[in-house]
Order: sequence, then C-alpha cells, then structure tokens
Amino acid sequence: MGSIILGIFIAIISIGLLGAILGAVLSLASEKLKVEEDLRVKELEQILPQYNCGACGFSGCSGYANAVINEGEAINKCTPGGPELLESISKLLGVEAGNLEKMVAQVHCRGGEKSSVDQYKYSGISDCNAKYQLYSGDKLCKFGCLGDGSCIKVCPVNAISYDEENLVWVDKEKCVGCEKCVDICPTNVMKMIPYSADYIVACSSQEKGKVVKSKCSVGCIACSICVKKFPEAGFVVDKNLSSVDYTIKSDRAPVSEACPVKCIIHPYKETKDN
Amino acid sequence: MGVFAEIIGILVTYVLVSNVILTQFLGLCPFIGVSKNSESAIGMGFAVTFVMTLATMFTWMLYNWLLVPAGLEFLKVISFILVIASLVQFVEMFVKKNSPALYRALGIYLPLITTNCAVMGIALLVVEVEKMSLFNSVLAGFSAGIGFLVAILLMSAIREQLEIEFVPKGLKGAPIAFISAGLMAMAFMAFDKALLMNLVG
Repeated sequence: MGSIILGIFIAIISIGLLGAILGAVLSLASEKLKVEEDLRVKELEQILPQYNCGACGFSGCSGYANAVINEGEAINKCTPGGPELLESISKLLGVEAGNLEKMVAQVHCRGGEKSSVDQYKYSGISDCNAKYQLYSGDKLCKFGCLGDGSCIKVCPVNAISYDEENLVWVDKEKCVGCEKCVDICPTNVMKMIPYSADYIVACSSQEKGKVVKSKCSVGCIACSICVKKFPEAGFVVDKNLSSVDYTIKSDRAPVSEACPVKCIIHPYKETKDN
Repeated sequence: MGVFAEIIGILVTYVLVSNVILTQFLGLCPFIGVSKNSESAIGMGFAVTFVMTLATMFTWMLYNWLLVPAGLEFLKVISFILVIASLVQFVEMFVKKNSPALYRALGIYLPLITTNCAVMGIALLVVEVEKMSLFNSVLAGFSAGIGFLVAILLMSAIREQLEIEFVPKGLKGAPIAFISAGLMAMAFMAFDKALLMNLVG
C-alpha cells in the first residue's frame, strides 16, 4: 500500500518538475525571442477589415498595413473598408483622406429562363468559365449572365446569391468591393457601380436593338428614350447600350418608368419591388 | 553496406511499408482537414516532417537518458505530450524570430500539430517497440514525416479532382475523402515486409 502511494507521489512530482522546467524554458524563450513588431503596423492592421481579399494589390491586410506604414502607400486602396475605414485610417495616421466612394459589384443582366433565348441545352459542370468555352455559353446573347454562379463561389463574403427568379444578384450591403467576381466572370456582365447608385441599366448587350429583341425580352435595345426624353438624368447610349453617368445626381425614377423593355432598374432588391 | 542497408530499410519502412496514415491510421485529423488543396497539404506535410524529426530526437533523449534510469517508463505518454508540445511552441518562437520566410510557410501549421497523434505515435514506437538507436530514431521520425507528406499530397490531388467530379450528395466532402483514403490504404498494402526484404536483403 505504502509503495503505491509513494509511486503516485513520485509520478506527480516528476511530471510537475518536468512541466515546471519546460514552462520556465518557454517563458524565458518568449522573452528572449520576442519579435519587435512595429506598433503602428499592428494598430493599422487591426482596423483593416481582415478579409484578406487582396483588392488593395498586397498579400492580405497585414501586407497592406506594412506597405502603408513603411513604403508610404496610398491609404485609399482598401475598397472593402469604404469611406468609414478611410476616415479611421486618416485619423490614425494623420494623413488627408481624399475622396473615395465605396464601389459595389452588380450583375448587369436580367435575362432568365423566361426572358432570354437559349442556343443549346448545357449539361456540363456548373461553372461559368467551363460553359463559356462551349460557343460562349448556352444563351443566344453573348453578353448575358451565364447563371452558373462562379461569382457566388468566389465571393469571400457570400454577398452574391440567386434571387426568386433564379438570377444572380449581389447584395450591396454585404458586398465589400473586392472585384473578385468581376475578374472571374467570363462575359464581363459583373460591373462595379457606386454604392449610392440608384438605377442601373441591367443589360450588357452591345448588339443592335433588333438583334437584342430577338434574343431577349429584357435587353437594352438602345432606343435612346432615356437620353432624348430625360437629358438631365445622365444617361448615355454608346455601342448600342445605355449606361448611367453616376456623377450626375438626378431623379431617375421617371426614366425607369419610360424604358420600353424595363431594363433600367434599382441595383438593390429591397426597394426594387416597391 | 550494413549501415547503408539499414538506412534504406528504415526509410522504405516508414515512408511506404508502415506509412503513418495509410497503414497505421495515425494523424487522420490533419490528413482530412488540410488536404483540400495541394498548397496547404505541402505546407502541412513539411511542418509535420520537421516536428516529427525534432520530436523523436527529444523524446528519445528524455526516455533513454531520464525516464529509464529513474525507472519511470510508465510516465512516457504524459511526459512526451509535455515535451512535444513545448518543443513545438519553442520552435515556433525560434523560427518567427530567426527566419520570417520559413515562419510564413510553416507558421500557421505548427500550432496544429503540437500533439498530433502521428508525432506521438512515432515517438512512442521507436523508443518502446523498436528500441532503436538515437540516429535511427531520428531517421525514422524523418521518414515517417515524409510518409505523411506523400500521403497528404496524394490525397490533396485526389480531392482537388473530386471537387469537379460528380459525387452523390450524401457522400460530398469528408465521406468521399474517407472512402478515397480507404482505397489508398488498400493500395499501400502492396508495400509489405517481403518487398523490403527483396530490396535490401
């Protein structure tokens, strides 16, 4: 009995001793091997969004923080952070902010199963770039959204989803503006618009009006009603496609009403239905 | 020739014949968790190799120079855990201070393997079952790490392909990964002691 008790004590003491020695070594090492980090870099890194999306052109948020402090990089490269972040960075570093509006992505196409015509039935892997290699996709229109959701997969913040009509749609509240979806989209139907944009022309087709009409019922036919009837609203028709000049602030609601194919719409869901 | 044959023997044994993952089924957690793409699989593989080599060396010294003379062999598991965990912490600090490039490559994987059962398993195996010399133990630890690297690299290549193949819904993700791992394990049964005997005599 006594020897068992003794054995228990020996075990406790030797493991305790071993643990104490190793702990002492580690705590000494953490003192000796402390890496001197620039506190400004660390502070700046903390206020960055930590998405590590790479939109700034550096390897993640820490890389950008380092570049700003040590290489004098401009402080407005972080699109996900938007104006609020810009303000807090300029406060932290005492640098003038400059003007930068937050940009968000949006799909400029509303051609779905009901509205646009298909040229063949695709049954390969569900990936836009794979589909695009087969005759530029299954839609007759070469400029439209292929709808296989490569952008949904690449989005780091899950801002892109299918809506009730099974069309791809970006939630501008969630979008951080990293432009990854813009890069991956084979038809370039994903475009960046200002966060404050109230209307978009939801079509990217550069074909003539008659051709567009034969392929899709919601495509811009370049009728120029938006330009001629509402010269103040800031619409421009170029290459058979209407687009909005967002630097002009104006009420565009009547233009949306007047558009014969109804492709001038809100770029956000909440008020689109109202 | 004898020494050379022994080295080849240990290498082949721990890389192929008794591969930590595919024949001993140790360290399956990082094997499934970090094998989604080749890049992280390589990082993890090298981190494990690095830690295994060091861990077998230190645990061998602890066991043969401290525990055996003191008659405390029964404390090997708990003391090995302590030693390996603090060793990994120490190495992490050391690498962070002295080689930032290596830290960026291995850094995020090091804390994941502090007491990985594959590291522990090899350390226990060489001192207790095989009773190897110090040099052979370190070599065995290194070879087991390379075996881990080979297995996880093959697995990541398979899983990258599986991503774009049709997989029934119920088997998506970890289930199909385990099935593939099982098939790989069967393939590795081809490497047995007889092959080793033919190779080195």
